[in-house]
Amino acid sequence: MEGHQDIEKLATHIPGFDLIAAGGLPKGRTTLLAGSSGSAKTVFAAQFLAAGIRIDENGVFVTFEEPKEDIRSNVKGFGWDIKSWEKEGKWAFVDASPEPNQEATVVGEYDFGALLARVEYAVKKTGATRLSMDSVGAIFTRFSNQGVVRRELFRIVAALKEMGVTALLTVERIEEYGEISRIGVEEFVADNVIILRNALDEEKRRRTIEILKFRGAYHQKGEWPFTVSSGEGVVVLPLSAIELTQKSSDQRVFSGNEELDGMCGGGFFRDSVILVSGATGTGKTLLATKFLAGGASQGEKCLMLAFEESREQLIRNARGWSEDFVGMEEAGQLKIICSYPEIASLEEHLIEIKDAIEEFRPNRLAVDSLSALERVATVKGYREFIVGLTSFVKHREIAGLFTVTAPTLLGGTSITESHISTITDTIILLRYVEVYGDIRRGVVVLKMRGSKHEKEIRQFTIDAKGMHIGRPFRGISGILSGNPVQAGADEIERLNELFKTE
Amino acid sequence: MPHRYHLKLYIAGRTQRSEQCIVNLHSICEMELRGEYELSVIDVLENPQLAEDDKILATPTLIKKLPPPMRRLIGDLSEKEKVLIGMDLKDL
Repeated sequence: MEGHQDIEKLATHIPGFDLIAAGGLPKGRTTLLAGSSGSAKTVFAAQFLAAGIRIDENGVFVTFEEPKEDIRSNVKGFGWDIKSWEKEGKWAFVDASPEPNQEATVVGEYDFGALLARVEYAVKKTGATRLSMDSVGAIFTRFSNQGVVRRELFRIVAALKEMGVTALLTVERIEEYGEISRIGVEEFVADNVIILRNALDEEKRRRTIEILKFRGAYHQKGEWPFTVSSGEGVVVLPLSAIELTQKSSDQRVFSGNEELDGMCGGGFFRDSVILVSGATGTGKTLLATKFLAGGASQGEKCLMLAFEESREQLIRNARGWSEDFVGMEEAGQLKIICSYPEIASLEEHLIEIKDAIEEFRPNRLAVDSLSALERVATVKGYREFIVGLTSFVKHREIAGLFTVTAPTLLGGTSITESHISTITDTIILLRYVEVYGDIRRGVVVLKMRGSKHEKEIRQFTIDAKGMHIGRPFRGISGILSGNPVQAGADEIERLNELFKTE
Repeated sequence: MPHRYHLKLYIAGRTQRSEQCIVNLHSICEMELRGEYELSVIDVLENPQLAEDDKILATPTLIKKLPPPMRRLIGDLSEKEKVLIGMDLKDL
């Protein structure tokens, strides 16, 4: 057993994986990939090779279960043309799948010398530095002498190490949160283990990948969500990871409303995450609309991600507040993307959003609303989604405004806020205020990281021009808690007394 | 006279086990097939591509190509009864 601190890593180039693996797979070693049926083991194993071929690292795929023809056709949907790679000598199959109608009879002692010879031959023929074996459990099922199978697999793993090949061995599990594998392979491939899960969580399937251990090498702990997308394969979403080296901008940008800029001490910060929370109808979409229009007026590119209203509704609403979304779109300054939250999982939505951002390269974006997405996800999934989205946006120095529906008409804090309270730079609350039988509106900047800001709750009105922020509420307390109470004259006197400076 | 049996024996290198296996096979063939057989011995270490073509995993592996049906026997052929059954020379 070696006692070194850091084993060299091989970058797999599987999206997101190298980040949680702190570089990639342990180089020149064999890693066990354990997963229940349907957990995408074979896709991952094939992708390991496909990603390698793109960077001139050839690979060998040893298949114990599915014949090579099936694997070729199964992965076509991801854009991997295995057949042509085989012709070019970049990919070689070692097809050890069972021959139909030709099950073997055991008539004496045996070993897997032929398998080993075939593997070595394939590696030498292609000059492969990567190898995937799928799936080891199948070979245990076919040969009753478990002792021989174990010993021979050990021999093959040792040979792979000798050849300097970085290998992935897939093995089945029965339970998502139980033993590593059903056949106890840990004795010979115990050093490096990755687990793929496809667990049922609140009636939804949730795919996660966990690097259980890399002997002698660093990796991120815990489970990370991933998705299998056609055209790419496995995409790991290191959502909450660790782009802690987020530089903070102190450059200000126009919020879309001059009075609001003033309340914030000069506008929003270039790379801030702004949460706008309010009950339905309080003006969140208006604020988002003005935020985008404000950006466009400064020559910025703006992206609107809408999950609650249709394109036509958004455009009509904007027009009602004197903003011409169609004109902005035509000028290339605005892009509107509308989606039903239900049509995809949050991971898929996140990928779509990231792709849209990469393509359009906006300077600012608005999401209306996060709450629409919260409704279709599990608590865990939602949390990971917004952490992932906001850190992605921040990292690109895009000002992101996110609307959130407060749970009650008159106040209270939303769950979203508690999820990302540490990430949000700016929180703006919009509230209804009942004053002597009248419903008025109030806006307050609750938080403005890195800047002085007004603490007062101001009244505002909405008209065809948009939002007009006026004077602060006087003589009323408890607006944020949802229980506005008019302070009587005596009360005001008393409070003044309390804060008198002598 | 045409050979009735076409047999292929795959071994991994010339070891004691593989030599013993070849001896076992010849004795079975002489006794049971009365010379009506064609046997090729393939060393997978020298011809891995042939092993790939026939999807050989274990060694030794004996494949009876003719007469049909094709049969696959794994092991050093030390269990003679099983070999005969496996080659359809004896009924269960």
